Amino acid sequence: MSLTVAYAALATGIVVWAILVMKLRSKPWEATAAAAPQATGFSVSAKRIGLWIFLAVVTSLFCLFLSAYYMRMGQHAGHGSPMAAGDWKAIRDPTILWFNTVLLILGSITMQSARASVARSEVQQTRVRLFAAGLLTFAFLVGQWLAWREIRYSELFTPLNPAVAFFYVLTIVHALHLLGGLVVWGRTFARALRKDVELIDVRLSVELTSVYWHYLLLVWLGLFAVLLST
Amino acid sequence: MAFVAIADRDHEHALHDPQSFIRKYIWSQDHKVIAIQYALVATAIGLVALTMSVLMRLQLGFPDTFNIIAPQEYYQYITMHGMIMVIYLLTALFLGGFGNYLIPLMLGSRDMVFPYMNMLSFWFYLLAVLVLVAGFFVPGGPTGAGWTLYPPQAVLPGTPGATWGIICMLASLAIFIVAFTMGGLNYVTTVLQARCRGMTFMRMPLSVWGIFMASILGLLAFPALFVSAIMMTLDSVIGTSFFMPAVASMGEKTVHTGGSPLLFQHLFWFFGHPEVYIVALPAFGIVSDLLSTHARRNIFGYRMMVWAILAIGCLSFVVWAHHMYVSGMNPYFGFFFATTTLIIAVPTAIKVYNWVLTIWRGDVHLTVPMLFAIGFIFTFINGGLTGLFLGNVTVDVPLSGTYFVVAHFHMVMGVSPILVVFGAIYHWYPKITGRMFDEALGKFHFWMTFIGAYAIFLPMHYMGILGVPRRYYGYSDAIQFIPPSVHEANEWISISAMIVAATQLVFLYNLIHSYFRGPVADGNPWRATTLEWQTPQTPPKHGNWGKDLPEVHRWAYDYSVPGAPEDFIPQNVPHSEKTPVGREHGVPT
Repeated sequence: MSLTVAYAALATGIVVWAILVMKLRSKPWEATAAAAPQATGFSVSAKRIGLWIFLAVVTSLFCLFLSAYYMRMGQHAGHGSPMAAGDWKAIRDPTILWFNTVLLILGSITMQSARASVARSEVQQTRVRLFAAGLLTFAFLVGQWLAWREIRYSELFTPLNPAVAFFYVLTIVHALHLLGGLVVWGRTFARALRKDVELIDVRLSVELTSVYWHYLLLVWLGLFAVLLST
Repeated sequence: MAFVAIADRDHEHALHDPQSFIRKYIWSQDHKVIAIQYALVATAIGLVALTMSVLMRLQLGFPDTFNIIAPQEYYQYITMHGMIMVIYLLTALFLGGFGNYLIPLMLGSRDMVFPYMNMLSFWFYLLAVLVLVAGFFVPGGPTGAGWTLYPPQAVLPGTPGATWGIICMLASLAIFIVAFTMGGLNYVTTVLQARCRGMTFMRMPLSVWGIFMASILGLLAFPALFVSAIMMTLDSVIGTSFFMPAVASMGEKTVHTGGSPLLFQHLFWFFGHPEVYIVALPAFGIVSDLLSTHARRNIFGYRMMVWAILAIGCLSFVVWAHHMYVSGMNPYFGFFFATTTLIIAVPTAIKVYNWVLTIWRGDVHLTVPMLFAIGFIFTFINGGLTGLFLGNVTVDVPLSGTYFVVAHFHMVMGVSPILVVFGAIYHWYPKITGRMFDEALGKFHFWMTFIGAYAIFLPMHYMGILGVPRRYYGYSDAIQFIPPSVHEANEWISISAMIVAATQLVFLYNLIHSYFRGPVADGNPWRATTLEWQTPQTPPKHGNWGKDLPEVHRWAYDYSVPGAPEDFIPQNVPHSEKTPVGREHGVPT
């Protein structure tokens, strides 16, 4: 649970810091009566903030999964002396995961370049790069499916082995988040293809999609590192 | 500039009033309609939980007279009662109900920032409730594992509903978490982004602060329940061993190997303890506003109240294992969690002092909302004090698993928040419906509920100290250490519980009758300062504010300002000679 505690401390630290920086130290009574402090109305950046809060939720989810992973692996600190779980039999991670990782990195890079193109108002480039990023991500998911198959038909496969069960749970939860991302990507791409929609209108969507892509790449790199090291 | 154009489009959308019945009342994106939808569903499922508690009390009080429920049904009811009350009633009502209604109105906004997602949040919540209720109709009935759903017994045969019931419960919880995440994202983002001009963080009413922090807690804590729900479902359905140890059940060895039930306990309580504050913080916030308004005094120590809310929110993540003292943990672990538990009592106590000091020498109006608010202070202090007993390892060990625990958590997170819910419903009823409720019936409801709650839960402390174990279907004469007085207490508790339950029908009658026949309410009957009372129409129309958004010039607690013609100055009134600057944050200006 130490990871979770660290995460919770970090998250709450960020919240407190953000509030501190924002307005907590404001002393509105010192302002003159006429000058009402500025505050925002409906703002387009609500979507951006909404995404970042969602990423905090997803971070919480994966940190808790990883906490559970380590705790199940080594049983519990705090409950007698730590000892390894007897039924945990480490599996050899499929080699294809390395290939998949490269695909996801390329997907993220391509998404970033799509973001750069939309900022430069290059319609055709945006469409091509957006499409390529989606394709690479789709290829990653196919690669993951091959990895699942590989383990499924290996002699080590049994749901009773927690290493196997965790491998599937962690990678499938990550893949589901990517699938959700692909739905948003699909909507963004469809809008980018429409002639009646100005490129500037999809700019925010592309930007937020790219943030989500980078984030899920980071999550994957973290998960992959944990899977490889255990 | 294009971004501005997009923002304008949202603005226009918010002003566009939906016309058809379905778009207006059912498939609605208006935060007020969604709030009422949440509240109605939560009340309906809450009544189911209330009925189950009456059936359980009949069994406990008069085991020989009423033989209505079987032992396995008792366990099923106890499980469903707990889960419904904590998650599907209180969490949903405070955040989905009051959060939805109050955040945009109190912050001078037209709606939530993501109205469509807000609407989806409600429909997912409804789906979660339906899946939960479906548990009653599947083979074997709902799960009877206790609301904590501890493995291994939750999924082993012998526990009621160990096959389908537990799956319904876990699926329902997972759907609820999805619903909550959509709602929570909305509440937090709206507070951060959609405040009207002049509404700084330190001018927000404490209700919004409480709901805001509770939403953040929910967003970070509910994933723990989500993780455990997924892993337990897998243990149950495909036979993994995340939580399930190598056990024999009914004389046969199960397929499970070395899973860890303690891992589940950690995950569950990592969610479960913040959950206490997810329910408590909105109650803290709302009760602050009720006390201030009905005592005609500014809230005492506003900044301290805000800091206390933040401190409680942060600390609530590092106390979870005080629910696990008897799980065989390392004593140093117990020491750590007992210490953090005592530390969290400090900001909580600060809040209690500030509430008392707010009404001290105030112009207290004993209106129905005020009665409930004062009732809350009493009950919360009572429940909080028994928390000090249970928070200490050495005292907790003998009390663990007894009726003392039942009495404690019912006082602190059952009765206390529900008193605030009642107070808040009475307080905002005129704004929500445009009618006044019947004051006499409201007072009757308060006194019966308040005294009745004590008649129910005070004797339980006594029973707990005697060592009467909780979760028992019956206490036969074979259990010799239980004296006859416990049986008598059980009878009286049951009678009180049924009277309190019947009183809630009076409450519902009052709400429904007043909606149609109550006198038409003034837009601001309590003469309150916060923005929701300053809307051009009552009940507020779609878009809340007509053409122009309000502008805020002062904090939310300008009551009894010296020199002002009335004893309150609304937040949107500019400073002038007639409406002088109040004591913003208690600082004389």
